[in-house]
Amino acid sequence: MDPRRTARTVSDPKVRQVGFFTPAPPERSISDPPRFQDPIQPPSPSSTQVNDQSPSGNSLSPVMIPPAHHHSDNFLRTALQATSPPKAFSYSAKTVTIPPENEDVASSFSPGRKVVSAKSPSSFPGVKASSVPASELTTVSVVNLPPGISEKAGGASVEVQNDRPVSAKTLKEKTSKAERRALQEAQRAAKAAAKAEGTKASSAASKVVTSANTKPSKATKPSSQKNDGSQVAASEKKGGDRAPEKDRKKDAPHPRMQYDDKSRVEKAKKRAVVKQTEARNRVELFRHLPQYEHGTQLPDLETKFFELDPMHPAVYKVGLQYLSGDIRGGNARCIAMFQAFKEAIKDYSTPPEKTLIRDLTARISSYVSFLIECRPLSISMGNAIKFLKNRIAKLPLALSESEAKSMLMLDIDRFINEKIILSEKVIVKHAVTKIRDGDVLLTYGASSVVEMILLHAHELGKHFRVVVVDSRPKLEGQLLLRRLVRKGLSCTYTHVNAVSCIMQDVTRVFLGASSVLSNGTVYSRVGTACVAMVAHAFCVPVLVCCEAYKFHERVQLDSICFNELGNPDAISKVQGREEINYLDGFVNQENLQLLNLIYDATPSDYVSMVITDYGMIPPTSVPVIVREYRRDHLWS
Amino acid sequence: MWWRSASFILDRQQEQNTSYPPNPESLLLSYPPPSMADSLQNPKPDISAYYQTRAAHHAVVTSDWLSQAQAAVSLQTNDDVSSGSDGRVAPTGGGTGGDNKTFSVIDEFNSWRKQPDLAEAVAAIRALAAVIRASQATTMMELEIELKKASDSLKAWDATSISLTAGCDLFMRYVTRTSALEYEDFNSARYRLIERAEKFGEISYKARRIIAMLSQDFIFDGCTILVHGFSRVVLEVLKTAAENKKHFRVFCTEGRPDRTGLRLSNELAKLDVPVKLLIDSAVAYTMDEVDMVLVGADGVVESGGIINMMGTYQIALVSHSMNKPVYVAAESYKFARLYPLDQKDMGPALRTIDFGVPIPSKVEVEKSARDYTPPQYLTLLFTDLGVLTPSVVSDELIQLYL
Repeated sequence: MDPRRTARTVSDPKVRQVGFFTPAPPERSISDPPRFQDPIQPPSPSSTQVNDQSPSGNSLSPVMIPPAHHHSDNFLRTALQATSPPKAFSYSAKTVTIPPENEDVASSFSPGRKVVSAKSPSSFPGVKASSVPASELTTVSVVNLPPGISEKAGGASVEVQNDRPVSAKTLKEKTSKAERRALQEAQRAAKAAAKAEGTKASSAASKVVTSANTKPSKATKPSSQKNDGSQVAASEKKGGDRAPEKDRKKDAPHPRMQYDDKSRVEKAKKRAVVKQTEARNRVELFRHLPQYEHGTQLPDLETKFFELDPMHPAVYKVGLQYLSGDIRGGNARCIAMFQAFKEAIKDYSTPPEKTLIRDLTARISSYVSFLIECRPLSISMGNAIKFLKNRIAKLPLALSESEAKSMLMLDIDRFINEKIILSEKVIVKHAVTKIRDGDVLLTYGASSVVEMILLHAHELGKHFRVVVVDSRPKLEGQLLLRRLVRKGLSCTYTHVNAVSCIMQDVTRVFLGASSVLSNGTVYSRVGTACVAMVAHAFCVPVLVCCEAYKFHERVQLDSICFNELGNPDAISKVQGREEINYLDGFVNQENLQLLNLIYDATPSDYVSMVITDYGMIPPTSVPVIVREYRRDHLWS
Repeated sequence: MWWRSASFILDRQQEQNTSYPPNPESLLLSYPPPSMADSLQNPKPDISAYYQTRAAHHAVVTSDWLSQAQAAVSLQTNDDVSSGSDGRVAPTGGGTGGDNKTFSVIDEFNSWRKQPDLAEAVAAIRALAAVIRASQATTMMELEIELKKASDSLKAWDATSISLTAGCDLFMRYVTRTSALEYEDFNSARYRLIERAEKFGEISYKARRIIAMLSQDFIFDGCTILVHGFSRVVLEVLKTAAENKKHFRVFCTEGRPDRTGLRLSNELAKLDVPVKLLIDSAVAYTMDEVDMVLVGADGVVESGGIINMMGTYQIALVSHSMNKPVYVAAESYKFARLYPLDQKDMGPALRTIDFGVPIPSKVEVEKSARDYTPPQYLTLLFTDLGVLTPSVVSDELIQLYL
């Protein structure tokens, strides 16, 4: 899909196509799998589910449709409950699961894998395209993939989600490498199928099928645990024994796990490192988001420090800092995470008989899942992780370990410098041109970029006033205010309640953002939408400052689907003012639900301009940046 | 809220910088502040060269213009850059690298500019192409620097003209951004540049025709079109529609202060198109009869909004509130990397306004020549790239410049 870009650079005004046209047909070859999930593709219901499963792992899926969860479960149920299983299914059962019941499941992999992988690799890309029904053997892997994976992955489909994008991306670039990857993919799929079949066969002999939904996961668990224990014994092939890492990866809930799905939450909890006790009364609409009792995890986690041997201390430290709220703000969290990863990579050495690329990716994934347990990832962090994993996956195979490590560390440094620090400077440069003498600038919360803008404009000798709007419970604005006042800016401080009064005097509103989504929606600290709407009502231009690495191709229409819940105690209690703590003792009341949201979504209608490292753009142009530069910088 | 206005601040700064004309009346006044000092007596340095050219092309001779021309004649030695009434006084620094040569971009530009049908940006593009041709550079880098210098001096010649700036920028992009250049020897690369420059000039020249063809689908039989100001693209669109035997009616606004609407109505009358002239304040009154609004643009900015002759914004507002479509006809070389947030967010292009009667010097006159229409009030843009929604403009600009 690169031809388009180059055609653009030549910029022949006459022949250029305009707007969002579909790429030319030759670009859609089979060897080049669709980059984004194609929603208009469903030849049959089963294949759409396959499709759903695989590329959505690419990230959080681009379009959010609220409760589409359980689909893999449903599919599994239908597949298993069907009186006569599909032909392909039974076929694989026949050929693949020859091993006797009482043999170790792990050892039964190799024959099964060989059977399938011998034939499937050439046609395997069909899994991605899923519209080409090739031979019966390929359909085995296609059909079996989702159930196999969902059975295997105890805590939802974490493993799939994490593994797939890497392979999909590498598939895209080189055919030789792609073939190799496809082969591995085939092997993995076959293994999954074999495992599923094997466990089913073995357990079916002894147990009565009580519920198709829970059984396979129960059945697979012992095998994986066995692997965990007999780590040395099981090491036979290159990618064959990634079980421990994989399990660890599965531990964490997927960032988009639906927390109202009881069975999954149970599974996720069993493996979690951080013991989160769930808050009891949760608001109905936000049940799908994790909500924990705060304050209990920290000591718990500290005591566990020596048990978690694979966790690098730097990562552990950062995780604790996230948990306690010492590090906050998209950029700060991202930089801290990357520096911890850098430490970890520095101390990393590839275990014998493993490859750096696979093992390090798994290692990073386990770190990430630990960080997710401490606090859900921000979108900026998600993008940064994607970048790092992609860099790892694209490391040349010929590189020695030390070279590869230093290369990765350089990449991390480059990302921090170019994507965060430099782009902040560029944003400041752009934004300052919009500040005139006599302006009254309003900002909400504490954004690092906005602070830099204000300070820089002040250094340039512009005369302006600043209104810092703040809100309970975090009162981050006071931090910003403190720094601004110290530098000699004239400031006004108020709470968000008064924003409609103060807005009359304001000439510009500068806002930071956690992310800007593809439809121009600004995803930011809760309260931002309110400020933007008031500003819009008063015809005051709203400028959103956001680095381009925080852009995300997802589309979100409300702030319900994806959000983060804070500590509900923070809004029910006011520290240091005992006389107004009316809710003491009411917190666990059945008919009281407390909601402390962290983020909200501002529709693009209320945003006049997005200032990013690529210049000042209207919010409607965010997808252009995502489309044109995402690949160039983040994923290449 | 007048004290917030940027133009006010700029005015004030300007007056503090330029040695403040000795105007006894303004000294007597303590309030309002001295921005009132400028009046009809001393308007010349304020006027944007762009509007002077337009006035010359449109043969609009106002009393101001006359007095100004006379003043200019008497002040031949004035080295002000914007002394545009005799444009051939080329400012320094506009020449090529070698001083012995007499070639100057500005001269070239002005000679092209004299053709009334040629847009300013196209003239600039042609002038820049001439720079390449006349250049004695021996390396690519040299040539590029020379070109850059020439385009900078062109831009500096009239900073208020958006299409001139945008045209120069686009030219630089179009001509120099070819990856093939590195692999060739200098002469063939140079020919390639000239070729591209000429092609670009040709494309820009033909842009108007393309727009006229594209917009025919939108003009239906029996429709009433409201036009504002005089735009050569709009005229071309209407002319083509008339040639295609479409039956339509045109409402022309008067287009104060330079009465560009009158000129457009003259042109249309020659084509036997039924025309009705409105005074500028009658737009809302007639809007219910209007089927669509068609305007040109001085510049199309990154948000997808347009900068155009004063009055466009209010017409767009009125038609938006009455649910009439607003179409903009603009060539793609007018796409500029500007992003005004509000009306005062750009450097004001000032011009004289002839009220017909002497205005007391105490009275302030709003002299800004153009306004900014935000994208939400525009329906579609007819450009040579196709018929675009306003949000695609930014898309195109990102493709071009980043």
